[in-house]
Amino acid sequence: MFETTYPQLIGLCTGTLLLTSALMVWRHSMLASIRLLAVQGLALAALVAVIGVQKGELEVILVAVLVLLVKGLGLPWVLAHESKATTRTDEAPRLNPTASLLTVALLTILAYVVSSRVLARDTSVSAHAAPIGLAMVLIGFLLLVTRRQARSQLIGFLVLDNGIATVAFLTSGGVPLVLELGISLDVLLVVMILYVFAGRMHNKFGNTDIDQLRKLHD
Amino acid sequence: MAPSLSFALWTPLALPVLFALLSLTVPSPRLRRLGPIASSLAVLASGVILVVAALHDQVPTLGGVLRADALSAYLLTVVGAIGLVSTWGGLGGGGHSQTPARWAGSYDGLISVFLAAMSLAVVADNIGLMWASIEATTITTAFLVGAHRTGKSLEASWKYVILGSVGVAIALLGILLIYAASRATGEATLSWLVLSQPGLPLDPALVRAGGALAVLGFATKAGLAPMHSWLPDAHSQAPAPVSGLMSGVLLAVALYAILRVQTITDAVIGPDFLRAMLSVAGLLSLFVAAALLIRQRDFKRMLAYSSIEHMGLMAIGAAVGAAALPAVLLYMLGHGLVKATLFVVSGRILEVEGTPTIANVRALLVRRPGLAIPWLVAMAALVGFPPFSIFFSEVGIILAGWSAGMGVVVGIALVLLLVIFASLTRLTVALTIGSPHDALDHTPPILPKQVTPRATAPGDESDADREATVLSRREAEAGIDGAGVVNGVAHVADGGSGPEPFPMTSNIRVAAPFPDTVAVTVVDVVVAPDRSTHGPLLPLVLALATCAVVPFIANPVGVLLVRAAAVLGGAH
Repeated sequence: MFETTYPQLIGLCTGTLLLTSALMVWRHSMLASIRLLAVQGLALAALVAVIGVQKGELEVILVAVLVLLVKGLGLPWVLAHESKATTRTDEAPRLNPTASLLTVALLTILAYVVSSRVLARDTSVSAHAAPIGLAMVLIGFLLLVTRRQARSQLIGFLVLDNGIATVAFLTSGGVPLVLELGISLDVLLVVMILYVFAGRMHNKFGNTDIDQLRKLHD
Repeated sequence: MAPSLSFALWTPLALPVLFALLSLTVPSPRLRRLGPIASSLAVLASGVILVVAALHDQVPTLGGVLRADALSAYLLTVVGAIGLVSTWGGLGGGGHSQTPARWAGSYDGLISVFLAAMSLAVVADNIGLMWASIEATTITTAFLVGAHRTGKSLEASWKYVILGSVGVAIALLGILLIYAASRATGEATLSWLVLSQPGLPLDPALVRAGGALAVLGFATKAGLAPMHSWLPDAHSQAPAPVSGLMSGVLLAVALYAILRVQTITDAVIGPDFLRAMLSVAGLLSLFVAAALLIRQRDFKRMLAYSSIEHMGLMAIGAAVGAAALPAVLLYMLGHGLVKATLFVVSGRILEVEGTPTIANVRALLVRRPGLAIPWLVAMAALVGFPPFSIFFSEVGIILAGWSAGMGVVVGIALVLLLVIFASLTRLTVALTIGSPHDALDHTPPILPKQVTPRATAPGDESDADREATVLSRREAEAGIDGAGVVNGVAHVADGGSGPEPFPMTSNIRVAAPFPDTVAVTVVDVVVAPDRSTHGPLLPLVLALATCAVVPFIANPVGVLLVRAAAVLGGAH
């Protein structure tokens, strides 16, 4: 029973991951991005759980719970909490929605082309879905480069990180629990630090526009 | 040798964390400042113990996670030594005086945690753990870079955290691909020891992609072009001891990570792939450093670009491979010690002169020999004069590159090195040589801006001193406002003895309206050069002396370097 639904579940989870990433590029409101990020975290946790059940490994299921707590609930809650505390400014990205969605499509194709070379030997179901993770990494980059607000850059960083986690789980069934803990903790701390800096930026300049960070140059 | 040397594997991790906790709780600022120094000493002592073990052919391990071969032991010693120079030399002020009082405890605590994370990165046998601890250094140094809490330091720390964590995230992607490839060995592993064995049936495509991404990510952290752009900002805005630590320790450890990854990929796909990548990155770094040093005006940024230059040359050394590795490892030690010394001195210059602009300082040798002489000696070491070890490392890398058939690469590198040599010499001459009145021809002297925050570090100077400072400042301002009346001269006498001797500026300014000849006599008669070193001199002397002596000691230093390089050469 599970063997037949397994490829479908993998497809469903990775499809949700890719869809949420693309929607994040499309939507400019901070709150919408945070909700999408929460959905993405849930999809990632579900993906890990599916892999864990298929392999029958308890450790992977524990990692799924950890991912659910950190990426599905913790980080979105922190982000939403902080966003309400300060004034919300909507994003005015460097690319218009049409151009950015087109870029997303191109990046996804690129991810498939690259993966077909790198993962040529691996014929498992999960390895076939691995290009999605790479596409998410590239979309995260796109968000980082095109967004002007400090906090939206942070969203880009998190999409990038989710993409790396997706690649990890799809290519090797996940990393050992201890390492996953270390990685999650690092990501959590980086996000908090960036939030503190964004808050300081808000206090100092009155907004969090990255474009004003141009004093240091040669 | 006693078999229980594995305790030296956890002491460099546990003791700094302990000292960090103490730094957060101890109320006395004087004791708190000793925390980072004690952490450095703990790391250094553990490093020396492990080096002794390595020289006796022992490889202490702990729990299958920590492992210290000759390379790890050597790197741990380097981390400790550079940490000691930076933290001890930074006692005189630098970061402390400019940090808000309530942040002072966390400042010292974060430096200790940083040292613990760097130690973990070099003694971890697991590449994933190494990754996590290098990422942890981004977290600890983020607040240290932003310690001054100005707009500029905020900008520097934002760029640093974004670029640093994205770069390191790419490295994680690479490591995960290598992990996926390692399933071919039967059980997926990230143990460096297992992965670096020759003849493993790893998927070449995965290893190639993973190795490229991992090296790209760690190169961001190592400050190699074109991912270097965070480095000059972060190094110029961070407090001086932190700049020294980042430049000497963080860059070296990131390069160490590259070397470890290189060993894995070389065993599977041969050395050509990463050799090309590292050569390009190294040459590009040298080019960026040369281009931006020519017109550099800020002495802390000058040191930062010099770090990019040296990392570039080390990357070329790594590209050359086994023959150049002992030179690269010696380079890490020499560059770290000299750069830490220079950043410490630059912090002191910044504090007493109040400006990072070279044109506004000038004539340091006449006015403040106490700072100019260590600066000049360290600069001589940095640009590669013998007997300092950087000279021998550079020669070693270039000769090894030549005989390895990379003549074009080292040839271009040599030309760029000459340009950098000329630029650094010119900038150092502009900073130190000349007579004080030269400054008049270029820019009006600027009153020190950053002197006032000194008062926020209580116990740093006696009340009487602070009184004198305030007084002389007021007088100095009066001297300027008074349209050239020679009333600034009166207090110059205390310039030689007091801890805050910057009346020179007012004196020069006062002399401005007179013809040059008069100005010279006024200066010559009145100026008492400031011989104070503005902080402990011993760590600087020790660092430079070590750098000068180390290349001449064949045993144990030479033996250790060869063994450490052999670890990377695949000879187990």
